[in-house]
Amino acid sequence: METRATRLGLRVWTFLVILFLHLPIVIIILYAFNAQTAQGWPITNWTTKWFSPTLHDGEMQQALWLSLKAGLGATVIALLLGSAAAFAVHRFRFFGREAISFLLVLPLALPGIITGMALNSFFTFWKANFSLWTIVVGHATFCIVIVYNNVIARLRRTPTSLTEASMDLGADGWQTFRFVTFPAISTALISGGLLAFALSFDEVIVTTFTAGVQNTLPIWIFGNIRIGQQLPEVNVIVFVILLVTIIPVTVAQRLTRESGILRNE
Amino acid sequence: MGQRLDSGDLLAPRRGGPSFTRARRRLARPLWRLPWLRGIALLLPPMAWFLLLYVAALAVLFVSAFWSVDVFTTKVVHTWSLDNFREIVTSSAWRRVITRTVVIAFLVTLTDAVIAFPFAYYMARIASGRTRALLFVLVLLPLWSSYLVRVYAWKVILAQDGILNWSLQKAGLPAANIGYTNTAMWLVFSYIWLPFMILPVYAALERIPDSYIEASRDLGARSFKTFRTIIVPLALPGVIAGSIFTFSLTLGDYITPTLVGGASSTFIGNVVYNTGLGAAGNLPFAAAFASVPLVVMAIYLILARRSGAFEAL
Amino acid sequence: MSKIRKAHVLVALLAAALCVPASGAGKTSGLPTKIGKGEGKLTMIGWEGYLDAKWVKPFEKQTGCKVQAKYAGSSDEMVTLMRTGGGGQYDMVSASGDASLRLIYGKDVQPVNTKLVPGWSQFFKAFQGPPNNTVGGQHYGISLQWGPNTLMYNTKKIKKAPTSWGDIYSSKYKGRITVPNNPIQIADVALYLSKTQPSLGIKDPYELNKKQFDAAIALVKKQKPLIKKYWGLSSDEVSLFKNGDTWLGASWPVTTGTLQAAKVPVKEIIPKEGATGWLDTWMLSSKTKHPNCAYKWYGYISSPKVQALQAVTWGETPANKLACKEMDKLSKGSCAAYHANAPESYYRSIKFWKTPIADCGNGKKDCTDYTKWVSAWTQATS
Repeated sequence: METRATRLGLRVWTFLVILFLHLPIVIIILYAFNAQTAQGWPITNWTTKWFSPTLHDGEMQQALWLSLKAGLGATVIALLLGSAAAFAVHRFRFFGREAISFLLVLPLALPGIITGMALNSFFTFWKANFSLWTIVVGHATFCIVIVYNNVIARLRRTPTSLTEASMDLGADGWQTFRFVTFPAISTALISGGLLAFALSFDEVIVTTFTAGVQNTLPIWIFGNIRIGQQLPEVNVIVFVILLVTIIPVTVAQRLTRESGILRNE
Repeated sequence: MGQRLDSGDLLAPRRGGPSFTRARRRLARPLWRLPWLRGIALLLPPMAWFLLLYVAALAVLFVSAFWSVDVFTTKVVHTWSLDNFREIVTSSAWRRVITRTVVIAFLVTLTDAVIAFPFAYYMARIASGRTRALLFVLVLLPLWSSYLVRVYAWKVILAQDGILNWSLQKAGLPAANIGYTNTAMWLVFSYIWLPFMILPVYAALERIPDSYIEASRDLGARSFKTFRTIIVPLALPGVIAGSIFTFSLTLGDYITPTLVGGASSTFIGNVVYNTGLGAAGNLPFAAAFASVPLVVMAIYLILARRSGAFEAL
Repeated sequence: MSKIRKAHVLVALLAAALCVPASGAGKTSGLPTKIGKGEGKLTMIGWEGYLDAKWVKPFEKQTGCKVQAKYAGSSDEMVTLMRTGGGGQYDMVSASGDASLRLIYGKDVQPVNTKLVPGWSQFFKAFQGPPNNTVGGQHYGISLQWGPNTLMYNTKKIKKAPTSWGDIYSSKYKGRITVPNNPIQIADVALYLSKTQPSLGIKDPYELNKKQFDAAIALVKKQKPLIKKYWGLSSDEVSLFKNGDTWLGASWPVTTGTLQAAKVPVKEIIPKEGATGWLDTWMLSSKTKHPNCAYKWYGYISSPKVQALQAVTWGETPANKLACKEMDKLSKGSCAAYHANAPESYYRSIKFWKTPIADCGNGKKDCTDYTKWVSAWTQATS
C-alpha cells in the first residue's frame, strides 16, 4: 500500500531509532573495559580487570539475589491479582466497573516518589519492619496493572463461544479453565509477567522508600554511582545482565507472537 | 436421563465422576447458582490489596497536605489550613518549577510520539515476521539495562569533553554545549521512555485490520487520505496510552534532573524529595507539592479514558 | 548488734527508690556502665565507603558482631532511615552535623558513656564535645572524622591561585562554577558575608536572624547564573572537573584526591575568609537491640590505627590525635596533607556544620530553623 519511497524512508528511520536506543548501551559496554574509575572520554586504557572482582563482590551478589527474589514475589502476586481483576471486569457487570482500570493504573500513572513516600509513611505508622516484604508490596502494586492490561486485552479478543462450547460439552468450571481459558491467556500471562518482572528488577524510586537494611541491585548501582570509585563494576554487571536476558526476552517474544486474527499474514 | 432440562442445568455441575471431582463440583455449586459470588471472589483480593494498602496510604499522605509542622518541635501538628497550597501558588520559584516540569514532560511526550510512530508503523505493517521479532527484542532489551546506568552514560556523551563534542570536533563542527541543561534533560527523558511509547503504538497499529485499508482504497482514497482518516484515528488511542507513561514518568522523576540537569533544572520530584525527607521533614508541604502532579495526571487520565486509550494500554 | 534507726531505713528506701528507674529503664535514664557480651549483630547506616570491608572484616572477626551496612547519600536520608519501622531497625548512624541535632531532639538517638570508649580520651578537645553532638553536657555519640569544605580549582585553566571565596560569587568564571546542592551551603554564604558585610553582625553562620538570612539568600540568588551545576554527589563533582565542565568550586578533600589520582590538574585551598566543615558522629539509636556490639564498635573505630586507615582510604581527617603517626605509616605525608596534626586553634577556627534551630540560645528564639533553610535554598536554586 505504501510507496517505495515511503518504505525506504521508514526503514532508514527505524534503523536510526535502533541506533539511538542502543548508543548508550554500547557506551556502557565500552566503559566496562575502562581502566580508570572516573568516566572520561576518550578511553585511554582498556582492561578486563573489573570482571572478576565484580562477579565476586559479596554486596553485589546479595543485592542481585534480593532483586531476583523481590521481582519473583511481585510478579507472582501481580499475576494472581491482575488476572483475577481482569476476569472480574471482563465477565461481570457491576457498579464502578470503569473505575477499576483507572484505579489499577494509578501506581504507574502517579509519580513513583508519591507512591514511595505514601507507602513509607504507611509502613512506619504501622511499625512494620522494612524488609523483602515491604519491597514486594511496593513493586506488586504497580505490577498488577501490567498483567491486568495484558490479560484483559487477550480476554477481549478470545471469543466467549469457546467457553460456552466447553460447558456444552460437559466440562465443569475448573476443567474449562484448565483446558480452554488458561491456554488462551497463557501467552498474555507470560508477556505480562515478564514485563512486570523487568519493571520490578529495575525499579529504584519506590524501592528507596520501602527497602530495609538490604539493597536491591538498582540501589546498589545508585550507591556506586554516588561514591564514583567503582563505576566500571556497575558497567560490568549491567553488561552481564544484558547478555543473560537476551535469551528469555527472545524466548518470550517467540511465545507471545500474535497471529493477527484480523490481518492477512 | 429423565430429567427436565432448564437453562440452569446447562451451566450446572454434572453428576457422577470420581469422588474428588464430585466434591469439587459440590463446593462449586453455589458459585454457579450465584454468579455474583464468583465475581466477588475474583474482585475481592485485588481490591482489598489496593484499597487497604495503596489507596489508604495515598489518602493519609494527601490529608497531611492540609497540616503543618511546628517550628520548635519539628513534629507534624494537625491544624487544618491551606497554607501549604497558598505558598505553592504565590511563590514564583515554586510556580517556575511546576511550569518547567509540565512543559518538559509535554515536550518529551511529543518527541516520543513523533519518533515512535514511524518506527511502530514499520514494525507493525511493513516488517516481515522475522524482522519484527528482531525489532521487538531490540526495543525491549534496553529496559533490562539499568535506568540509572543508561542515564549516567548520557552524562559521558553530553559532557564538555564528552563523546558528542569529541565527534563534532572531529567533523570540524563547533561544540554543542548542552551538558547540564534542560535540553540535555529533554533528550535523556525522550530516550529513556521511548520503549514505553513504542509498545502501545505498535499494539494499536497492529490491530488495524487490513480489510479497512482495502475498503478505503476501494472507495477511492489515496494513501495519504487513508493514512489521515483511517490509520491515525485508530492508532491515536495507542499514542495516548503511551503518552500516559511518558508524561507521568517525566512529571515525577527526580533522578534524571539530579544526574544530567544543570543549575536551573529542579523538577517537582526534586522539591518533593528535598522538602519531604529527614532533617527538614516538612512532610505536609511535600505532600501538598506532590498533589500538583496528582491533579495534573488525574485530569490527563480522565481525558485519556474518554478517548478509549485504556483499551489500548 | 547495732541499732537500725528509722533514719537508716529511710535512707536505704530512698536509695533503693532512686536505683530502680536507673536499672530498669536503662535506655532513657542511666548510661551503661560496662560493655557486656556482644549480641552477634550490628546494623549501621553510613556514608558510602564508611563501612569498607578493610576495617569491618577485622572488627567482625575480633568481636563476633556481624555488621550489616546500609548506605545513605544524604543526611536527610539518614534521618528518614532512622525513623523507619518506628525506629530500632538500625543500631547506629554516622550522622553529619547538619542532621545530628534533629536526631537528638527527635529522640532517635541516646546518650553514650564516653568512659567506655578508650579512644575518646585521645581525641582533640574540639572533637570530644562539639556542639553538634553534645547537648546539655550529654554526649549523643562519638565523633568520627571530619573534613573541611575547601575551594578547588583547575590549575591549568586558572593560572593565578584564588585567595578568596569571592571568586565563586563574581562573574569572573561565569558558568564554570559548582557548589554543593545542600541547604547547609547557606552557612558558607553567611560566613563569606560575615567578613565582607560586617554590618549584618553575623557571628555564627548557623544562627541567622531574618535579616541575615535574607541577605544570604539574596547572595545565593545572585550566584545562581554563575553556576554550571549544583553537585549532589562527590562523583558529580569529579566528572564535572574531569570533563572540563567546571574550573572552580566548593569541594571536599576526597574529591580533590580522586581527581588528582585521575591525573586532573586540580588543587584545593582554604580561602582567607575561613571555611565551614563537616564532622561526622557515630550515634546510637535510642531503640537499639545491640548496645554491646555498638560499644565494641565505638572502641574499635576510635582507635588510632583504624582512624588512620579510614582517613587515608576515604580522604578525611581523624578525630584522634594519635592517628597522625599511623596515617604517615600508611601513606607518607598524609597526616599533614589532611591537617591531622594541627593545633587545637585550627580546629576551633573551622565552623563545623550544626543543624540550624529556631531556639538558638540567644534568648530571642528568632533564628531561622532548618525547614526554612531547605525551603529557601530549594526555591533560590530552582
